Amino acid sequence: MDISTLTSKRSLISESIILIIFILLAILPLYAPRYTVILLTSIFMYVVLTVSWVIFSGPTGYISLAPAAFFGVGIYTSAILGKILPLPIVICFGALASFCLALLVGALTLRLRGIYFAIFTFGLVEFIRHLLLFLELTVTGRRGRLVILVDQTIVYYVMLAIFAILLLTSYFIRRSKLGLALQSIGQNEDAAAHTGVNVTMVKVITFAISAFFMGATGAIMATRWTYIDPYTAFNPLYSFMPVLMAIFGGMGQLFGPVIGAAIFTYLEEVLLTRFPYYYMLIFGIILVVAILYLPGGLVGLAQKWRKGDLAEQHANP
Amino acid sequence: MRILEGKGVTKYFGGLAAISNVDFEVDRGEIVGLIGPNGAGKTTLFNLISAALSLNSGEIRFKGEKISGLKPHQVCRAGVARTFQSVKIFGNIPVFGNVLLGALFGTSTGMSSPDATREAMESLEFVGLSAARATPAKDLTLANQKRLEVARALATKPELLLLDELIAGLNPAETTEAMELVTKIRDKGITIFMIEHVMKAIMSICDRIIVLHHGEKIAEGTPQEITSNQTVIEVYLGKSS
Repeated sequence: MDISTLTSKRSLISESIILIIFILLAILPLYAPRYTVILLTSIFMYVVLTVSWVIFSGPTGYISLAPAAFFGVGIYTSAILGKILPLPIVICFGALASFCLALLVGALTLRLRGIYFAIFTFGLVEFIRHLLLFLELTVTGRRGRLVILVDQTIVYYVMLAIFAILLLTSYFIRRSKLGLALQSIGQNEDAAAHTGVNVTMVKVITFAISAFFMGATGAIMATRWTYIDPYTAFNPLYSFMPVLMAIFGGMGQLFGPVIGAAIFTYLEEVLLTRFPYYYMLIFGIILVVAILYLPGGLVGLAQKWRKGDLAEQHANP
Repeated sequence: MRILEGKGVTKYFGGLAAISNVDFEVDRGEIVGLIGPNGAGKTTLFNLISAALSLNSGEIRFKGEKISGLKPHQVCRAGVARTFQSVKIFGNIPVFGNVLLGALFGTSTGMSSPDATREAMESLEFVGLSAARATPAKDLTLANQKRLEVARALATKPELLLLDELIAGLNPAETTEAMELVTKIRDKGITIFMIEHVMKAIMSICDRIIVLHHGEKIAEGTPQEITSNQTVIEVYLGKSS
């Protein structure tokens, strides 16, 4: 029973730390320079994309390359509805549009496994991008759209709120029946089905939940770019970044993807400003090293260090 | 009373009839064995019952209700649980979580978490794995992984349990324990339909045996009848000329 009180004490400490971090983040725009606020907003964007990607792809092992599709749907919802509806409603619509798209796509494609699913989701991004470009050029007769401007501080707070809600959602899914079902699907999908798990429903619902947050993020982030077209909105980079960031941070723990995405985004920013010519090269090297030597990501490495002494005592070859 | 019944069950893989026009029935409270040479279609028949595969024709009824055409999780919730020839466990999930999944998702009515936890503990206790409940399932020995599969199946509160080669790969001592476990499960009131290659084991505990060969049922009867059946002897030992 000592262990359980120890863990509850430890979780109380980590909960208070998280609370303090969030309070600091909430009052940050009051004293921090504008640049920091904008940089943090970018970090939140990637953190939200990564954490919501991990909700589905982490436990199930289905590598989805669709984030750019759901993110882009959010962006376009904002571009189309932004001028006629108030911001909170636009964000809700963006999230719901992505949610519905994910339900539809999920129901059609989640029977595909492994590499086929990854390729399909990647194809989805390309398909939507080209379809949208075609429609814009032939029906509305324009290539891109202007998005209404929103104050940077508001964008910051909206992203902070989405981040907080996402963390809670992710935490509860991990601890719930749904989380266990998702894990069982990742471990052995056939056995999960024969143990009574409605695998199709579990997968589709979770896929849609993860798309919901990506859509909301797209809807609010669109306001920062003022002009968007199908190529910027459905940029495949938004599909690959969450995957890389999740691997970099480690998917085993809730905070792995958060830390991975935060460090990654910051690193990108620093490298881009300090070494504008070599930044891609350095970035690539860091990534290769991370994938080769950190199979559990940064969090995995930290855990290995912490458990190091313990593992040596109970070495079991 | 009949619990499971198949009529004209047929399954093709391409042009090959893996199961062709097989009729079978299992009565409540029985232990029925399913035997046959390799490739006879035994596991295919189990896959058809548990809805891992769909039938080409015929139908399967469980407690009088048609179950062919349902999805695997629906068949499980209806009360038919199974284990697998090559163990399919959730390797990185602790032993307890493996069984808890069965109790949470596999029962007909669904369970609240405290009930599911209790059910999972009882199942683990029943198969004798409660001491290993925190171990990741992949770290168990093969014999214990097979027990874990049984515990997971039992946690779904089945009325019929399909055991696919429970004994294959076990040493003699483990075999004896596994056979005792099967009898214990039957004594709980659960009907058992089992595939097995180890003849000594199956002859000693089955009430009735069904023999498949090339996807067709060639014999059915008590162990004594099967051992003296001429067709069965020919299939296993070859024709004497």
